[in-house]
Amino acid sequence: MSSSKIWIVAKREYLTRVQKKTFILVTLLTPIGIALFSVLVGFIMSAGSKSDQRVLIHDDTGIIREMATNDKNFPYQFSENDLNTLKEEYRSMGYDILVHIPALKDSASTHISASYYGEEKPSLALLESIESHLGDQIQAYRMRKSKIEQSLLDSFLADIELENGAMDPNDHSGSAATGKLNIIIGTALGALMGFLMYLVIFIYGGMVMRSVMEEKLSRIVEVMVSSVRPIYLMMGKLIGVGGVGLTQLALWAILIPILLIIAQAFLPGMDHSQLASVSSVSQVDQESLNGFSGQQIIQAIFNIKWWLILPVFVLFFLGGYFIYSSMFAAMGSAINEDMGEGQQLMLPIIIVVLIAFYMLFPVLSNPNGTLAIFASMFPLFSPIIMPARLAFDPPWWQIVVSIVLMLSTVWFFIWLTSRIYRVGILMYGKKATIREMIKWLRYSE
Amino acid sequence: MGVCDENKFLITPRYMSILRLDKVTKRFKDHLAVDEVSFEVEQGTIFGMLGPNGAGKTTTIRIITTIMGPDSGQVYFQGELLNKKHPSLMGYLPEERGLYKRMKVGAHLIYLAQLRGLSVADATRKCKEMLDRFEALDWWNKKIEELSKGMQQKIQFIATIVHDPVLIILDEPFTGLDPINSSMIQDEIFRLRDKGTTIIFSTHRMEQVEEMCENIILINQGKNILQGNVKEIRNKYKEHLYKISYSGDLPKQFTDGLELVKSEDHTATFRIPNQGTPNVLLQYLINSGCQIHSFHEILPSINEIFIRQVKGISHE
Repeated sequence: MSSSKIWIVAKREYLTRVQKKTFILVTLLTPIGIALFSVLVGFIMSAGSKSDQRVLIHDDTGIIREMATNDKNFPYQFSENDLNTLKEEYRSMGYDILVHIPALKDSASTHISASYYGEEKPSLALLESIESHLGDQIQAYRMRKSKIEQSLLDSFLADIELENGAMDPNDHSGSAATGKLNIIIGTALGALMGFLMYLVIFIYGGMVMRSVMEEKLSRIVEVMVSSVRPIYLMMGKLIGVGGVGLTQLALWAILIPILLIIAQAFLPGMDHSQLASVSSVSQVDQESLNGFSGQQIIQAIFNIKWWLILPVFVLFFLGGYFIYSSMFAAMGSAINEDMGEGQQLMLPIIIVVLIAFYMLFPVLSNPNGTLAIFASMFPLFSPIIMPARLAFDPPWWQIVVSIVLMLSTVWFFIWLTSRIYRVGILMYGKKATIREMIKWLRYSE
Repeated sequence: MGVCDENKFLITPRYMSILRLDKVTKRFKDHLAVDEVSFEVEQGTIFGMLGPNGAGKTTTIRIITTIMGPDSGQVYFQGELLNKKHPSLMGYLPEERGLYKRMKVGAHLIYLAQLRGLSVADATRKCKEMLDRFEALDWWNKKIEELSKGMQQKIQFIATIVHDPVLIILDEPFTGLDPINSSMIQDEIFRLRDKGTTIIFSTHRMEQVEEMCENIILINQGKNILQGNVKEIRNKYKEHLYKISYSGDLPKQFTDGLELVKSEDHTATFRIPNQGTPNVLLQYLINSGCQIHSFHEILPSINEIFIRQVKGISHE
């Protein structure tokens, strides 16, 4: 009968938050914000990559000009007018940059100096682009002159691709290229889930702490504890706020992809790799995705074992949330009017979460290494680290051990923190320290 | 037998003790908050718990309501050792009390009533009924923050008694209330007492204690320094003072140890020696030619006894 009070408390905690205007606004505006942000970044990136600067080339060698006439992709114009006249007139002709390639002293020279003229300083990217276009033409010319076929040159190349030896040979997605793509997508997904856990701990943990503090300072707990045992009150709050977190995440999981697809429709020129790099908070080098078609990327995303990852992620979400927010509840109960005091008490929690967060990076680059295995077992780190490893198919026993350890820790922490909470909420005026709180643990019930 | 247990308090005689504390002690880090306090509360009475700030009243109440456990000593409720079933039979209005500011009055009352074990339907019905009795039904859809402090106090009082507890503990229930609301709540307390509910009433306001309580306990520095029936206590601490109003002249001299304490404008206060009786004084005055219009004994107020006791203890 008394444990049903947990649900009465949880229901109130959940409903009052979910019905708040700020909750509705944040839940709806965040995906819209992300979609708008991705459109904006998309525009910026496409504007940056396709330079609208017009380049005019004066080629004294004649080679580049000759070769470029056969290359439809060559983006620049040529002019044979007098160089000095051009220097005066290229701007009035509508060009931004004039490039002068002097005649080659040594036709075999591997280093060629050329000059450019421009009112405004061109970007490094543009200069590199001009250099590589011109270099390509000279290389093509020399190959033709030496009668070397492109296919012969290509046959010299040795491209080594490492493939997972344990991969199922019957797996249709198991080509070397898609294997690598799986790793890239796994890393992005891992980083996303790890980062999400990190945010969840602070957002909802902070929510729990503030609400415990408010109830203590407004003396509501005084009224509450006479009819509800403090541990039930705390549990109810944790469950209620956790439910708010799950609701928010679920809505985002639905809304963000939909809005991103809509956003993509507004950006016809944008390719998948840009979208992927914008939508995931990943440190994956955008270049590494460029080699894959959108089709392959979507295929790889479909190949992820969502049926396993999503439920396990939710489990770790709840585990991590309960471990950390129970600590935040205990801290909140110990704080008096002074917020600075609270920050001091929170510091140890923040440090632990930050260590776990920074472990994400080495773990993602070596997702089945010793550090990754250790960190995904240790219950204070596992809620952040294990979700990040999930896309890399960790052995199932590691997932099970990690979950068992985490759930035992949840149980232990709720027991431990509720002993601090029940004393803290009724204790006024005393400055709470960690040492003081350890003493509270021994108070008789 | 198990079925009868729940109704035990209904079939036992009216003057049984509903609550008994036996040498209850609670120590916090560096001080004894409650030091071997023992007392008994009769069912269907109003019991006053007095004491200066920091005397240990709130801690004692928290032990009774199982918010805290005693370090030593026992608490018996309806003859049983206090256990986790009992708090639902109690209603406690703490001195420091708050409500969720953003919640509506009706929803808030239902929430608190549910936590005290009522179903949603029962809670709704009872809360409406109570609000109606306190002439506050039209507040149902108002937010708590829109109410005055006194109005909030009424809501808290309703929340305390909504589940028909057998023991009600009220810590300073009248602070911040105007005289009309004060007497409204006072009447409700009497009504509940007459129905057989027991009330423990913790306060500094002595005139209310005298007016309302049958028995009191005075706690100071965690110790129980005085307890008993209010009338008996006043009698016990009486100083044999009598007040007369008269016409004519008072005699200049007094014999038999009679002492004139105060006299002004045809009223006078006398102290009679311990072995003397009021009749000695009356006889003496009548013989001296005074006309006596009124004559009554002055008993010390609980307030005086309280101050005397608390000061006496702290001066030792």
